[in-house]
Amino acid sequence: MTEIELPPALVGKELVRSVRTPARLEYTYTAGAATTRFLTGIAQGRILGERAPGGKVYVPSRGADPQLGLPTSEQVEVSHTGTLTSFCVVNVAFYGQGMEIPYTSGLILLDGSDLPIMHLIQECPVEDVRIGMRVEAVWVDESEYGPTLESIRYFRPNGEPDRTVVQPGAGVTW
Amino acid sequence: MTSQDSGEVLSAPLVIEYPFTRTTGPVIGAFLTGLRERVLLGIKGSQGQVLVPPTEYDPATGEELTELVEVGPGGVVDTWCWVRTPMPKHPLQHPFAWALVRPDGADVGFLQPVDAGSPEVMATGMRVRPRWADEREGTIHDLECWEPA
Repeated sequence: MTEIELPPALVGKELVRSVRTPARLEYTYTAGAATTRFLTGIAQGRILGERAPGGKVYVPSRGADPQLGLPTSEQVEVSHTGTLTSFCVVNVAFYGQGMEIPYTSGLILLDGSDLPIMHLIQECPVEDVRIGMRVEAVWVDESEYGPTLESIRYFRPNGEPDRTVVQPGAGVTW
Repeated sequence: MTSQDSGEVLSAPLVIEYPFTRTTGPVIGAFLTGLRERVLLGIKGSQGQVLVPPTEYDPATGEELTELVEVGPGGVVDTWCWVRTPMPKHPLQHPFAWALVRPDGADVGFLQPVDAGSPEVMATGMRVRPRWADEREGTIHDLECWEPA
């Protein structure tokens, strides 16, 4: 690269080499009717799913069965205990993480539900986390319950024997 | 999601932010260094024209450019547009003008805010001078805005 000729005023000054240019978008997120029902349940310490006419229970429900295109009208309370169906150990730090690495993020199929939710797996060394592990929700103090999944701090192993995991979607015929 | 109950359906603020850091390269880096030192820089193009802000390559010929030159500090408004209602991210939070300001010694203008108070003060061809930020750290915001000279 050719040398840049600096004007006299800048000779000897420490040169700028980089700039921070954060991109920021501010939204108002509207949950919609179905997610509002789910989050209202969470604020009461309950995990609510909704059953579709075909029998499947979705947690959280988006209000309609994606397979049948029909409303999920029947509300079902599901268990606070479930089975880990998939997980990811996070070893890379990133902006806004708020967690000490390594930590585990997992998909938890709650008993009574047909769709896993994503949450943190804690109180378990990352090397011991495995598919099929039985886990239970650990909630924040009841006085801090709110309409947010952060009302559940994380899931932890509950000591029950592992279960065989049937991956969601297996056996689905369209 | 923090709760902010608006009637029956929940809603909440949601902010998405990406913390990019860009390397400036030698030419823009020198330009930003200049702003920090309250010096405006242009670069001499292939035909001898002076471009502000400086570019690494000549826009017409693609030739690599290396000769940074000091311009300004005063300048001329080439064209302008009055902003009645500034947006949250605008550089000024009261009505101002976006203007193409051509610093003395430069052959092109660049888009800059002009704090003129009122659109009646603005005119094509008017003289302006830079207003520097008190605390400068080598970003475009070091040049806070321009004001009528």
